[in-house]
Amino acid sequence: MTEIPKEEFILKCTSACAGCPSTLILRYVLKAAGSDTVLVVPACCTSVIQGIYPNTAVNVPLYNVAFAAAAACASGMSEAFQKAGKKTNVIVYAGDGGTVDIGIQALSGAFERETDFLYICYDNEAYGNTGMQRSGSTPIGARTTTTPGGKVHAKKDLDAIVAAHNPSYLATACAAYPQDLFKKVQKALTLRGSKFIHVLAPCPPGWRFSSEMTVEMGKLAVRSGLWILYESEFGKVTINGPSKAAMIKPVPIEDYLSVQGRFKGIDRKAIDALKSQAEQRAKHLQKEAEGIC
Amino acid sequence: MLTIATGNKAVAAAVKEVRPDVIAAYPITPQTEIVEQIAEYVTSGELDSRYIPVESEHSAMAACIGASITGARTFTATSSHGLLYMHEMVNWAAGARLPIVMANVNRAIGPGWNVWAEHTDAFQERDTGWLQVYVSTVQEAYDTTLMAFRIAEHADVILPVMVNLDGFLLSHSMQSLDTLNAGDFVPPLHLPHAIDVLNPAGYGTLTGPDEHFRFRWEIEKSMRRSRKVIAETERDFAERFGRSYGVAEEYRYEDADVVVIAMGTLGKEAEVAVDLLRNEGVNAGSLRIRWLRPFPDFDLSGREVVVIDRDYSFGFGGVIAQSLMARQRVDLYSVIAGLGGQEVTYDDIAGFVRDRRPGTELWFGVNGDV
Repeated sequence: MTEIPKEEFILKCTSACAGCPSTLILRYVLKAAGSDTVLVVPACCTSVIQGIYPNTAVNVPLYNVAFAAAAACASGMSEAFQKAGKKTNVIVYAGDGGTVDIGIQALSGAFERETDFLYICYDNEAYGNTGMQRSGSTPIGARTTTTPGGKVHAKKDLDAIVAAHNPSYLATACAAYPQDLFKKVQKALTLRGSKFIHVLAPCPPGWRFSSEMTVEMGKLAVRSGLWILYESEFGKVTINGPSKAAMIKPVPIEDYLSVQGRFKGIDRKAIDALKSQAEQRAKHLQKEAEGIC
Repeated sequence: MLTIATGNKAVAAAVKEVRPDVIAAYPITPQTEIVEQIAEYVTSGELDSRYIPVESEHSAMAACIGASITGARTFTATSSHGLLYMHEMVNWAAGARLPIVMANVNRAIGPGWNVWAEHTDAFQERDTGWLQVYVSTVQEAYDTTLMAFRIAEHADVILPVMVNLDGFLLSHSMQSLDTLNAGDFVPPLHLPHAIDVLNPAGYGTLTGPDEHFRFRWEIEKSMRRSRKVIAETERDFAERFGRSYGVAEEYRYEDADVVVIAMGTLGKEAEVAVDLLRNEGVNAGSLRIRWLRPFPDFDLSGREVVVIDRDYSFGFGGVIAQSLMARQRVDLYSVIAGLGGQEVTYDDIAGFVRDRRPGTELWFGVNGDV
């Protein structure tokens, strides 16, 4: 078992929803990063969760910035700290909308420039802060307030986009596996250059499941193979334990879909599309892990 | 050191003199020479700044914001569409109380594409909380850029400053330039709310209806205090280096019965028109407004006023003419001229004065009655 520090950087006054995965993720991110850290947060659930002025529930400096601006703001911060001879960790903590949609230009620029920072996208697969509208990260078949009949387009492959920038480190994680997340954040922060961690964040009100089921939902996502835990260090891919097991013996994805209100009434075609995407992704990652492609 | 330079190069040279920690910029005509020259300085080692070649103007200002909140001195430059593209972050910089200095090379807004001088780009940012100054010569571009850092970073201000220079007419015009050893004219920056990991705080946290207006009022308070800081800075600059400009530059103004008011290079052109008119026996003078924000106060009572706007607010009028009417209750003649680089000579300006019709508006080249 990894030794996880007892020190808390998320104080007991957040305004998060019950069962919120984002707060859980940030808690472990900050335990791994420690106090010499600055968070850059674009508009997302964390804009609200952190508390209302003059209070804050986050015990490291947290810079709120406009929706599209997180990676660029972090670029300036990282360069300024380096100029001042400081080794402070600069971590972007952004939702999926601020990453795959409105923030992707700044993200791409920062990674192309090999900015020394860690970008964490916590992905609840919709615009949660504004009441669950579809984002580019919403999976096919999911109902949101702007896709009341179920989303017809596939989830954007964010990891492939980031990988195309050859970052020093790229990993996926999931709120249900905090030890795995902790280790990945720790590892990322030992490396120079642009690091990226994409964390699945099962969202009780958004995905319409009961708030005590957050961890269970994350585990189902991984066990069904819809979310694959892996990491890529300077391009070398390793598939992590839980996903290796899922690739040998996955649980049916219907077990994952049927317990979420957002997939109520999903048709066969969309389920097949989800299955096929998951299978293709697994095959591709397995090849990469074996060094075939 | 006496040399010759373009307006753009003068801005870059002034930036080199104050040594920002971080410069983030994206190229756009006619600003490009500023960011190219700075890149040369950084590459050659003449300037020890971090240069971030961002992928957009929105990111240029975002990167300056991220750097500035750590307490770093920051600079960027843009123009026209670039300025409008960063509009959201322009607001953010002022709201976050960050003393960023930006050069904006004034250029028209499309469509159609037009790369020539117009003030509408910067005027669209006039309510953002930035201080704005407009220059008319290469030397003034240099001197004002130096002053801009000191004013922005002054403890009584802590607001961003935009230095405006006319596209091509000034950005690409060669004139003589006396570069300075600024010494301690711009003291080190101490940002009171700089990020400190030993004293963690939330920045820009959700702020409710009971608090938001207080922060807006703080911006206005600083804007009001900046008048004194601008005056002090000008005074110290004059004492050290022998040049001063004022919030508005007067030319044969004291005894003038009719005053031409303009900004940037048109304000300089107006001085030639004044000489021409004086030779004709017209008791003319000119007033070149330098600071748009904070807007200068001056007394125009008892004089006839001709205002030339290189801008327009559709459905309202020339921005400077309307601003003056709101504050001065003068019956002025409003001329809209020079949009998108339209040529306006001193002869044309003298013509505006000769044919002035107070209380009306002329679109130069459109109304056909000049």
